[in-house]
Amino acid sequence: MADNFQLQIITPDRVFYEGEASMVEFTSVDGEMGVYKHHIPLTTVLAPGIVTITEPGSKKEAAVHAGFVQILGEKVTFLAEIAEWPDEIDVARAEAAKARAEERLRSHSAEIDVARAEIALKKALVRLHVK
Amino acid sequence: MASMRDIKRRKGSIQSTQQITKAMKLVSTVKLQKARNRAEQSNPYFNHMYQTVTSMLAKSGNLNHPYLKAGNSQKKAVITIASNRGLAGGYNANVVKLITGSGMTKEDVQVYMIGRKAKELLMRKGYEIKADYSDVIEGPTYDDASLICKEVLEAFIRGEIGEIYLAYTHFKNTVSHEPTLMKLLPVEFDEEELKEAETNVLMNYEPNEEEALDLIIPKYMTSLFYGALVEAVASENGARMQAMDSATSNADEMISDLTLKYNRARQSSITQELTEIIAGAEAIS
Repeated sequence: MADNFQLQIITPDRVFYEGEASMVEFTSVDGEMGVYKHHIPLTTVLAPGIVTITEPGSKKEAAVHAGFVQILGEKVTFLAEIAEWPDEIDVARAEAAKARAEERLRSHSAEIDVARAEIALKKALVRLHVK
Repeated sequence: MASMRDIKRRKGSIQSTQQITKAMKLVSTVKLQKARNRAEQSNPYFNHMYQTVTSMLAKSGNLNHPYLKAGNSQKKAVITIASNRGLAGGYNANVVKLITGSGMTKEDVQVYMIGRKAKELLMRKGYEIKADYSDVIEGPTYDDASLICKEVLEAFIRGEIGEIYLAYTHFKNTVSHEPTLMKLLPVEFDEEELKEAETNVLMNYEPNEEEALDLIIPKYMTSLFYGALVEAVASENGARMQAMDSATSNADEMISDLTLKYNRARQSSITQELTEIIAGAEAIS
């Protein structure tokens, strides 16, 4: 297909994904976004969410938390702090993290960093959802 | 001349030391390989990060962002990455020298320390150790890096420190490592690199530029710091490998020298014994 673009997802530990895709969907801090080829140049910040990569003929999903995306017409680069394929996710751990974050949010005490707990909860939910 | 027994004992002790240095060399060779792989794998991330941030700043040159200008405080935070263990040649001393020779006055420097050996050296010299994260170097993760960065950044935002530096050993290749002092904040770039980045397309930001900078600069810092950590581990093992290699070959030299001495001593004692026997036999006949 002529409408493919180069997609790279890079984390500090490895090059997570590299290949041709026809579309990629992800969650930015402003909401969900879908990107085709020839998108306007854009840099945006990622929120914890699911990245769906549409390759010619197949679809892939991955959980990506924190980072940013650089979109240039022919090339899209994700710089993510954490990225995981569904089979790399530890469900038990995610469940535990979810329970812990919910507990923290419920307790409403002053020492709790609400924003941080919310992010933790979101990450856990994304992981469970991808799985 | 030392007696035969003394020489033999000396030789034995050098031999067992050599066995240790040999084993340590092998261990650090393996560790170096691992650390180098890690450093190489994380390279693309940092290159992209650097490019992105340079091109962002190239286009938004006059942004009045707190991360882009020095704080009011005279204090300078230096995140120092060295090692917990010695026996790595000049590895730790070189990093310390970097700080003492940087021209920063001692009273203005707050050290965020990683690596116990260099911490001892710096403390003896009278530097203020603000925090110690020495355990991180045993197996640096991105999470560790982001935690430490967060703390330093918070101090920067509170205005306790005006500038943030990073002192570490840059890993060029297996034999060459270069102690490097790098300025993390306020962000500064070479004019030339900025010009190069400028030729890129016009970039849009979402949310707006300043908010994006707010989020991206800490990530940029963390990624540089993490990169430095990974490289420092590789450099440490490289330095130790070299140090142990030269120790092993020095031991070889000493052993051959002592073997020669030992043989000489043995020969002279045999000669002496013979002369005595012959002299004795002559006296009887």
